[in-house]
Amino acid sequence: MNPSPLSIHRWTPLSVASVAAVVGAQLLLVAVPLVFGANVVERLTTLCIYGILALMWNSLAGYGGLISVGQQAFFGLGAYAAIRLADAGFPVYPALALGALLVAVAALPMAQAMLRLKGGEFAIGMWVVAEFVHLLVNLDPLIQGETGTSLIALNSFDAEARRSYTYWAALASMAALAWGMFFLLRGRLGTAAQAIRDNEEAAASVGVRVFAAKRTLFLLSAFGCALAGALWVATTISFQPKTYFSVQWSAYMIFMVLVGGIGTFEGPILGAVLFFAVETAFGATGVWYMIGLGATALLFAMLLPQGLWGAIEKRFGLRLLPVGYFLK
Amino acid sequence: MSLLHVENLSASHGQLPAVRGIDFTVDEGEIVALVGANGAGKTTLLRTIAGAHRADRGRVVFDGVEVTGQPPHRRVAAGISLVPEGRRLFPTMSVEENLHVGASAARPGEWSVTRVLDAFPQLKPLLRRRAGDLSGGQQQAVAIGRALMANPRILLLDEISLGLSPKAVDGVYASLRILIDARVTLILVEQDLGRTLATADRILCMLEGRIVAAGRADEMSREQVMAHYFGTREAA
Repeated sequence: MNPSPLSIHRWTPLSVASVAAVVGAQLLLVAVPLVFGANVVERLTTLCIYGILALMWNSLAGYGGLISVGQQAFFGLGAYAAIRLADAGFPVYPALALGALLVAVAALPMAQAMLRLKGGEFAIGMWVVAEFVHLLVNLDPLIQGETGTSLIALNSFDAEARRSYTYWAALASMAALAWGMFFLLRGRLGTAAQAIRDNEEAAASVGVRVFAAKRTLFLLSAFGCALAGALWVATTISFQPKTYFSVQWSAYMIFMVLVGGIGTFEGPILGAVLFFAVETAFGATGVWYMIGLGATALLFAMLLPQGLWGAIEKRFGLRLLPVGYFLK
Repeated sequence: MSLLHVENLSASHGQLPAVRGIDFTVDEGEIVALVGANGAGKTTLLRTIAGAHRADRGRVVFDGVEVTGQPPHRRVAAGISLVPEGRRLFPTMSVEENLHVGASAARPGEWSVTRVLDAFPQLKPLLRRRAGDLSGGQQQAVAIGRALMANPRILLLDEISLGLSPKAVDGVYASLRILIDARVTLILVEQDLGRTLATADRILCMLEGRIVAAGRADEMSREQVMAHYFGTREAA
């Protein structure tokens, strides 16, 4: 092997074909509300939201090394911000995105404090933040404690239009966040993030701006999770704080990313599809569904810690959506 | 004017003082070796100069500018690069990626991937290999090359022969000759006294966080350095 010293190869014919196929599939998915019925549209909206959550948790943990069990803070705040903006008379669909943006701005001072914590301290600290934010939202008279409220501004749309608009908003959000993250991770941030994940102290000592890189990932993740929360309230209409600020959302994110493959770009998307499929098939079985999810996560952690896509990538050297360099 | 001026510098690990009021200077192009037993504070001193460890007291002045409170990336941009003890590569990234990360806060200068490969030709066929899969000697070459990618004016080398075979150490020191010829200023922490005396211009002996002896390498005998190294009565 005698590569040119300055050549960097990230694209392979397979990855070019994969990106083209993903773009094609996303364009085809736009037509779903025109072809399929209400149930399919609603289920695919849910899948898009799960996809966003998995991508965002992976950007934080898989690339930034920041394990959080408190991302429900942003999920709940995104929904809350959308409700507040809509209540103030802001057009409801733009309010979903604007609310998420406001949550990202609010996450900035949070990042300054939380990113000083390491490892388990950060993980649990984020959970504490989520509980704190939950209590603060409960104090809002509009929310009426755990009674909650509804995104009543959506009543101005008929059911079919609302379903379609929400689906398109979820699909566009997932696509925009995925491609945004894809190109961000292919740049300096991606290299810095991978260096931080490998060895944070060494990354700092060679000049990587560790705090700035982590803050970018934290804010990106906060924005994405908030957008997912806003889309969820657009789907269900009702907002009850204890549902939105529940730690189950972080558990779902962790499940999707661990099963799919942490630190890979493709893995969380695969994990979201698997989680969605399992939920569709077994979600109605109640507590046994939750036990099954936990057991599956445990088995993956013990037997396939790199996740499904991680194992495929390792076994076949396959990278469909490469964000790093292609290693031989 | 000295390139590096360390003034009354102290640093600790929790309640345990590791560096106690150290003063020394390094001139441009000089090679200064820090010697001392394990726990003498050599690594902490290098890390404090590089900004990887917080100073409790004192000042670090580089090229006339105080950098004591600056984060590591600013010091790298100013020209201070650290090759940490144990190499600390990014094991899942390729050799080439490791080198590129080293240029994150690079100054303008002559060091590039091509130049690093000229200095460490053994890395040429390994560019696409994962850094974690390399031998110790190869990893050390990557660690030094990664630091050089920042175009440093001073390179802090912490125990570069640690855990390497004698042959690998020979290779690393042969490559250091290129840096010495290029007049890169070096601070070297090394346990191998023979190599230290043969490489350095000046020796600083550390004991329990203090510099207890200093002198030109060609004027100090191995026995003198050893005496200071262990803090024996003869040294005093």
